[in-house]
Amino acid sequence: MINASLKELSAALAQRKISAVELATLFLNRIERMNPTLNAFITTDRDKTLAQARCADEMRKVGADDAAAASSLHGIPLAHKDIFCTQGWRTTCGSKMLANFISPYDAHVVERFAAAGMVTLGKLNMDEFAMGSSNETSFFGAVKNPWDVSRVPGGSSGGSAAAIAARLAPAATGTDTGGSIRQPAALCGLTGLKPTYGVVSRYGMIAFASSLDQAGPMAKSAEDCALLLTAMAGFDTRDSTSLERPAEDYSRDLNQPLTGLKIGLPKEFFGAGMDNDVRAVVEAALDEYRKLGATTVAVSLPNSELSVPAYYVIAPAEASSNLSRFDGVRYGYRAPDYGDLADMYSKTRAQGFGAEVKRRILIGTYVLSHGYYDAYYLQAQKIRRLIAADFTEAFKQCDVIMGPTSPSVAFAFGAKNADPVQMYLSDIYTISTNLAGLPGMSLPCGFGNNNMPVGLQIIGRWFDETKMLNAAHQYQQVTDWHSRMPEGLA
Amino acid sequence: MSATKWEVVIGLETHTQLKTQSKIFSGSSVAFGAPPNAQANAVDIALPGMLPVLNREAVVCAIKLGLAVGGKIAPRSIFARKNYFYPDLPKGYQISQFETPVVSGGGLSIKVSEGTHRAGAGNTAIEKFINLTRAHLEEDAGKSLHEDFHGKTGIDLNRAGIPLLEIVSEPDMRSSNEAVAYAKALHALVQWIGICDGNMQEGSFRCDANVSVRPLGQKEFGTRREIKNLNSFRFMQQAIDFEVQWQINEIEEGRAIQQATVLFNSDTGETRAMRSKEDAHDYRYFPDPDLLPLEITPAWIAKVKASLPELPGAMKARFESDYGLSAYDAATLSASREMADYFEETLTAAGRENAKLCANWVMGEVAGRLNKDGMEMTAGHTVPLAPTLLAGIIRRITDNTLSNKMAREVFDALWVGEGKDADAVIAARGLTQVTDSGAIESVIDQVLAANAKSVEEFRAGKDKAFNALVGQVMKATKGKADPQQVNDLLRKKLEA
Repeated sequence: MINASLKELSAALAQRKISAVELATLFLNRIERMNPTLNAFITTDRDKTLAQARCADEMRKVGADDAAAASSLHGIPLAHKDIFCTQGWRTTCGSKMLANFISPYDAHVVERFAAAGMVTLGKLNMDEFAMGSSNETSFFGAVKNPWDVSRVPGGSSGGSAAAIAARLAPAATGTDTGGSIRQPAALCGLTGLKPTYGVVSRYGMIAFASSLDQAGPMAKSAEDCALLLTAMAGFDTRDSTSLERPAEDYSRDLNQPLTGLKIGLPKEFFGAGMDNDVRAVVEAALDEYRKLGATTVAVSLPNSELSVPAYYVIAPAEASSNLSRFDGVRYGYRAPDYGDLADMYSKTRAQGFGAEVKRRILIGTYVLSHGYYDAYYLQAQKIRRLIAADFTEAFKQCDVIMGPTSPSVAFAFGAKNADPVQMYLSDIYTISTNLAGLPGMSLPCGFGNNNMPVGLQIIGRWFDETKMLNAAHQYQQVTDWHSRMPEGLA
Repeated sequence: MSATKWEVVIGLETHTQLKTQSKIFSGSSVAFGAPPNAQANAVDIALPGMLPVLNREAVVCAIKLGLAVGGKIAPRSIFARKNYFYPDLPKGYQISQFETPVVSGGGLSIKVSEGTHRAGAGNTAIEKFINLTRAHLEEDAGKSLHEDFHGKTGIDLNRAGIPLLEIVSEPDMRSSNEAVAYAKALHALVQWIGICDGNMQEGSFRCDANVSVRPLGQKEFGTRREIKNLNSFRFMQQAIDFEVQWQINEIEEGRAIQQATVLFNSDTGETRAMRSKEDAHDYRYFPDPDLLPLEITPAWIAKVKASLPELPGAMKARFESDYGLSAYDAATLSASREMADYFEETLTAAGRENAKLCANWVMGEVAGRLNKDGMEMTAGHTVPLAPTLLAGIIRRITDNTLSNKMAREVFDALWVGEGKDADAVIAARGLTQVTDSGAIESVIDQVLAANAKSVEEFRAGKDKAFNALVGQVMKATKGKADPQQVNDLLRKKLEA
């Protein structure tokens, strides 16, 4: 059951082979056993989870014509990244600042999955305020990679990735500002998708960098991600950047053949900087695609080397402002001892935020300052448009773009802590899609050094999630990388 | 004492609270007077994950203002974040417009009575056009309550997120009189077009005044100080007058003016520096990524335009051309919508050929009596005398039933509710003017006979004697004769 796909779980529940309570209990027990090692969950609440599961079972009993009970996700458990406000649950965003914050409301994404009848297993660990690529910045301690607990799971959705890889949850939500779904999915051998900016409402998702943040599904397979995305996507009047588009069934094209699919390979994604083990595995995956009838074409994204510097101006700028609300006045952490108001602010924020968050607030405050704004923020916005234009140009020659998700497999704890720039470069292949607002996904395509998973990244045109999921699913029909699980965790 | 003549330069920034049902970025009510924080929802208190959604009604208000002042309405404007920390600013930033405001340019005419600076000018008024720099949409902050919390500060976020239109003038005003005239004209205009209730006590209309002085004839502006939060016209006048004198004294005593923000203390009548330029915040403005650019199409503007009432300027022109009123009268009568409505209703009932008379009565007796009774012709106030009743008085003046003096008596009676209309008061008090020329002639004959000396003097060329004779006739008729008629008949008899 722990390795079952969402479709299989849905069938088992519908055929009464298992109840939602039994399924939830199965995963809760695994969490109880393994979380002390992996630290993937920040909060679990057995009573709440089982109450939801019982409710799902009751609904199924009383009437299958109920919309939620009829949903293919009804009764299936999932876990939420702790960035999503969840009514009645502690919602910490991985920070001391919100360590005791209990949300009075549900995020749009949480609402959507609840409406589909899904059961919440708990809240997942993450880099503090989603700022990090290794999950080492969490106030609640680092998450361990289930494939090798001496290594990082990636970040910031590291808890989501580790939980699914260790089969502590069949699916999870994540958010991706510069690669935070795709990079941990790659490092933990999972499938994860960052939708086109605006497809999933940000309502109730604690903001890091508003113009880049996007929620998406993380699961074992593309087929699972398609089901989850169908449930979570959709227009929401409460988010002004949410796009008003007709609802989509993201599973509809999963089984289309790939004959004639044109895959663009940006030369900038295959240059120096990528580890050889990663390169070999990615090349092999591309060969597999050629066997499936796809053709590859060399494309160029000439401004992609500017994506990391542009990102590290825009994201911290927005973050410095977004995180101003954590001031100790209305909710969250407040320093126990302080003098006047300014002292309360500085002590609260000095004590409540971790080092990486403070670094980014400082960078962001600096680049927005009078006299620097034009040189940094405005310049970065111009680069952002150039990067988007690069993609538009490249997509004239291809249907999707592929390449590595991350330049290396999961690294050891502490390996990149000395130099923040080294850490920032872990997201070198993923950041440009956020800057351009494009959809991107990562799927497992083999193993590199030390038998650690490698991710293949697929980037699509705006709103081309269906085509990306189709390409990923077809690959997963002829390979089994996505169904491998770490040894010793059964 | 130096001999330098100083010129005052004033620009005003006015925060008008827009008359919407809900806040500018949340669904909370904006009604005044609710218990603290009763009207602060999750968006207003800035819970994590909460996002702003723009209220269309606030944009409509901005478009109305733009149309009313003849400004340019931006087809695309941007909301920016103004970042600073304060406990009553829940997000740590205020959403405002910075580089691209929704309205730019335009302006409005003001009427300033001369006399403050030029002796003997009487009550004549000059018209002046004040240019506007811009008007932008923004949200209000909450309120910090420093009393009643035993050394702590209470925060009320009911006001946080209330929609404001900040209307910024050019530094076009040259006296506190002009500043107050501009503020009053703007105050009337925003109520006229229905975007603001104008309630200054509740903070719906608040002004900041940027004040500087320079030697008369100098081109460059002096260093300005900004007087914050003036919430009455009287305080505005006092504050500016004090500030101007203070600045002149400083300069004349050899001290330079430092740019600063100052507060006006209405108890002492003085302005006092709150913070200097050195303490000025770096607000780190940048476009709010939670909000899309505000796009206003020509079709939307046209729709709003169709919903606007006739504007004061157009109404003034119409009063001049259609009713033959003087520019001064037309401007006075179109100074507020209530005044204009009152005038037009009177005119409709009295007949448009009596426009000038209606104008005189509305501006004279009605306005004077309101002023005397401590009332104003503004929204929510009812004038004790209905326009149709006033029209009734005017009709009796034009048909010569009433002299002006009698008409004022009828007016006073109706004002206090005596009689159902002018005719009833006339009947009850026997106030009919004598217009029978035969009757008047016989009185004149008696007067001429009894005042032979005056007649002689008149014939000897003394005009004054004529007036004395008129007075005698009026006295003999107990004021009921039409003075014009008396004049004509008397002259005829004397010159016969």
